[in-house]
Amino acid sequence: MMRRWTTFVPFAVFAVLVAFFGWRLVLITRGDAPNLIPSVMIDKPAPGFDLPPLVLDRPGAASDALSGKVTLINFFSSWCIPCRAEHPLLVDMMNRDGVKGRLRLVGIDYKDKPEDGRGWLARLGDPYDALGMDRDGRVGIDFGVYGVPESYLIDRQGRIRYKQVGPFTPEDIQEKLLPLLAELSK
Amino acid sequence: MIPEIGHFALIVALFVSVVQAVVPLVGAIRGDRAWMDMARPAALAQFALIATAFGALMSCYVSSDFSVLNVVQNSHTDKPLIYKMSGVWANHEGSMLLWVLILSVYGMAVSVFGGNLPPGLRARALSVQAMIGFGFLLFILLTSNPFTRVDPAPVNGDGLNPLLQDPGLAFHPPFLYLGYVGFSMAFSFAIAALLEGRVDAAWARWVRPWTLVAWCALTLGIAMGSWWAYYTLGWGGWWYWDPVENASLMPWLAGTALLHSSIVVEKRDTLKAWTILLAIVTFSLSLLGTFLVRSGVLTSVHSFAADPARGVFVLALLVVVTGGSLMLFAIRGPALKGGGLFTPLSREGSLLLNNVLMSTASGTVLLGTLYPLFADALDLGKVSVGAPFFNAVFIPLMVPMVVTMAVAPLLSWKRGDLMGALGRLKFAAVAVIAVMVGTWFLGGGSSGPVWAALGLGLAAWLAVGTLFDWAERVRLFRVPFAQSLDKILRLPRSAYGMTVAHLGVAVVIAGITGSSAWTIEKIQVMRPGDTVTVAGYDLTLVGTEDNIPGPNYTTLRAHFSVVRDGRPVTDLYPEKRMFRQPPRPTTDAAIHTNLLGDLYAVIGDADGTGGFVTRLYFNPLVPWIFLGAVVMVIGGLVSLTDRRYRVGAPLRNARAPAKGRA
Repeated sequence: MMRRWTTFVPFAVFAVLVAFFGWRLVLITRGDAPNLIPSVMIDKPAPGFDLPPLVLDRPGAASDALSGKVTLINFFSSWCIPCRAEHPLLVDMMNRDGVKGRLRLVGIDYKDKPEDGRGWLARLGDPYDALGMDRDGRVGIDFGVYGVPESYLIDRQGRIRYKQVGPFTPEDIQEKLLPLLAELSK
Repeated sequence: MIPEIGHFALIVALFVSVVQAVVPLVGAIRGDRAWMDMARPAALAQFALIATAFGALMSCYVSSDFSVLNVVQNSHTDKPLIYKMSGVWANHEGSMLLWVLILSVYGMAVSVFGGNLPPGLRARALSVQAMIGFGFLLFILLTSNPFTRVDPAPVNGDGLNPLLQDPGLAFHPPFLYLGYVGFSMAFSFAIAALLEGRVDAAWARWVRPWTLVAWCALTLGIAMGSWWAYYTLGWGGWWYWDPVENASLMPWLAGTALLHSSIVVEKRDTLKAWTILLAIVTFSLSLLGTFLVRSGVLTSVHSFAADPARGVFVLALLVVVTGGSLMLFAIRGPALKGGGLFTPLSREGSLLLNNVLMSTASGTVLLGTLYPLFADALDLGKVSVGAPFFNAVFIPLMVPMVVTMAVAPLLSWKRGDLMGALGRLKFAAVAVIAVMVGTWFLGGGSSGPVWAALGLGLAAWLAVGTLFDWAERVRLFRVPFAQSLDKILRLPRSAYGMTVAHLGVAVVIAGITGSSAWTIEKIQVMRPGDTVTVAGYDLTLVGTEDNIPGPNYTTLRAHFSVVRDGRPVTDLYPEKRMFRQPPRPTTDAAIHTNLLGDLYAVIGDADGTGGFVTRLYFNPLVPWIFLGAVVMVIGGLVSLTDRRYRVGAPLRNARAPAKGRA
């Protein structure tokens, strides 16, 4: 009963999948890791936003308060496992000598229940200078967030200078983020 | 010396796999029995060689031979013996070795227990197994050799990620692989059947036990991983829709569909092409999981060191295995003639609905997992996928499936009587209403009683429906009890397997509902002597003790005494451990369970003034999730002992009537 061409459908679907994978691998071998997805936002001013605070008696996250100091905007979420791997690295980074004075760390709790986000901070420590909640992901869309975690380094003039897709690794922090911070803070 | 023996054994195994792949297949085409039978000793040799290699690596780990790079990178002399051993598969190279070891165990099992298989089918299936083995052995030898030496040998190793030093996770990968690789059996039989051009009830009977074994192992493996996440990641969650979790869920969903569609092939001789396709897809999804985890195409904390060279190799393997088999299916599939016809309202129809929903769910998870990749490629960008997406699409697919699960066993084959079946389920409907009303009143006041009532009602529907189906089969209360008892004893084990497994699903659903609806969380700073009340339990922080030495860590241990209604219940000792090598902290939650819920305590950082951050939870019904998974596995195992599937039984069955007639 089965028409002949229908049995070719699975193969065709698979061929398309393979094309995607192959393309991605080609990009990776060219040195473009998936967490280095180029952002059209690089060197553009950071989008404006004004988010309500995640923790009641602390400031929320707003673009008005970005100038004067280099800022790292970190999108995270309590339901995100890679964020959990990244979090202690951020805590550790902010405790290093000279980082706190030069870097403002702004956390944006992305598509998350506020109580879950607060629980996350209570549990894992809170390295952030300001915390906003982006419940519907609107600010994430403005920034072009693919998924969490993602982070944007913004210079003293409010321009995006670096984008990290996926969690920071210790090497990323040591070899990319901190040197860039030193350069931008000059 | 020992590493070289292991390396050499792998090289020999590669050559044996070539022989096993080619000779029996040629024999099967020519009809040469001697050539076909080459497959059996070859499969045994394959197992012996790979077991030797695995043993060699194990011995390097146990004796901490730091002249082997893999041991240096993943072990340390301070590690307890069990984690030295589990370190073998807690890394890319070693886990691939475990993968081929399990593949060879299945090959050996076919060779030893498959005496009843038709020689042509057995030869072709073992040949396909060997082709898969060849691909993976080549992969190990060319890109991921676990026996690479390092000179000069360092004094000690780098240690193993402390999160992985845990009994739950030590045995999680072997079970997961038993599942993944187990689906290769169904795959090999499917390819063999396509090559032979014949799929019949007997074929389904041979494939089913292998699928069942793989399914049980995968279910247990996933449950173990989830349990591990629950008690070590320390915030009461048990599933995170991480790409690697999804990689194990996809073959599970497809495998569950396969398990059910092969029943239709066996009983009704129809849905053949679909079943063959599912067998191919299930194993391909297992391979895809391997690819995603190791290629760096997706980012996940679970991923092993991503290496594009390995990614290219696994992709090539995927193209050959999946592409080749799907092409074979495309060409040969139309020749598989369907047998019995059936109406949509029949047991076949409901099993097909189960298949459609399971496959859709699997496809949805695939889409969600790969979405960042597609969005990136097509320049759609700016869309993110996470737990919200999966919850939004997965639950609506599962609800109709669970509703049907209670009805399907009551429908007859070919043409069922839906009204009759629903009529017989009136008790289940009463139970559902009772549970929903009860949930509404008892759960009142908290945020989610509406959908919590629906969730528990669904679980009750399935549980009562399943028990009712069993009662119908044994005519309980309809015929004298002695007759029923006789039927109870005679009911096939596979029927009991289904009853138990479906009850397990009901228990899991209740657990998921309870944990999502009524979890209580209290986070605060506590000083010794402080008391916090969680869900009626008074937890008093008696004290903390720091720097308690462990084998390769020091620990901060807190002591909570738990009192309920003035009576002491238990003492909880949550720990925060600091490992020496690599220096990383882990949390070790203390859990007290009364089976209806878990009291869950975690100790956090000191606040510097004598207080500690503490997190106290009451997680209702969470134990049911893991318990339910174990019940599902027990159901699978009971079904496996059914004499129809017992290896060797089909032959005896086939012979006995023949003799009787003669």
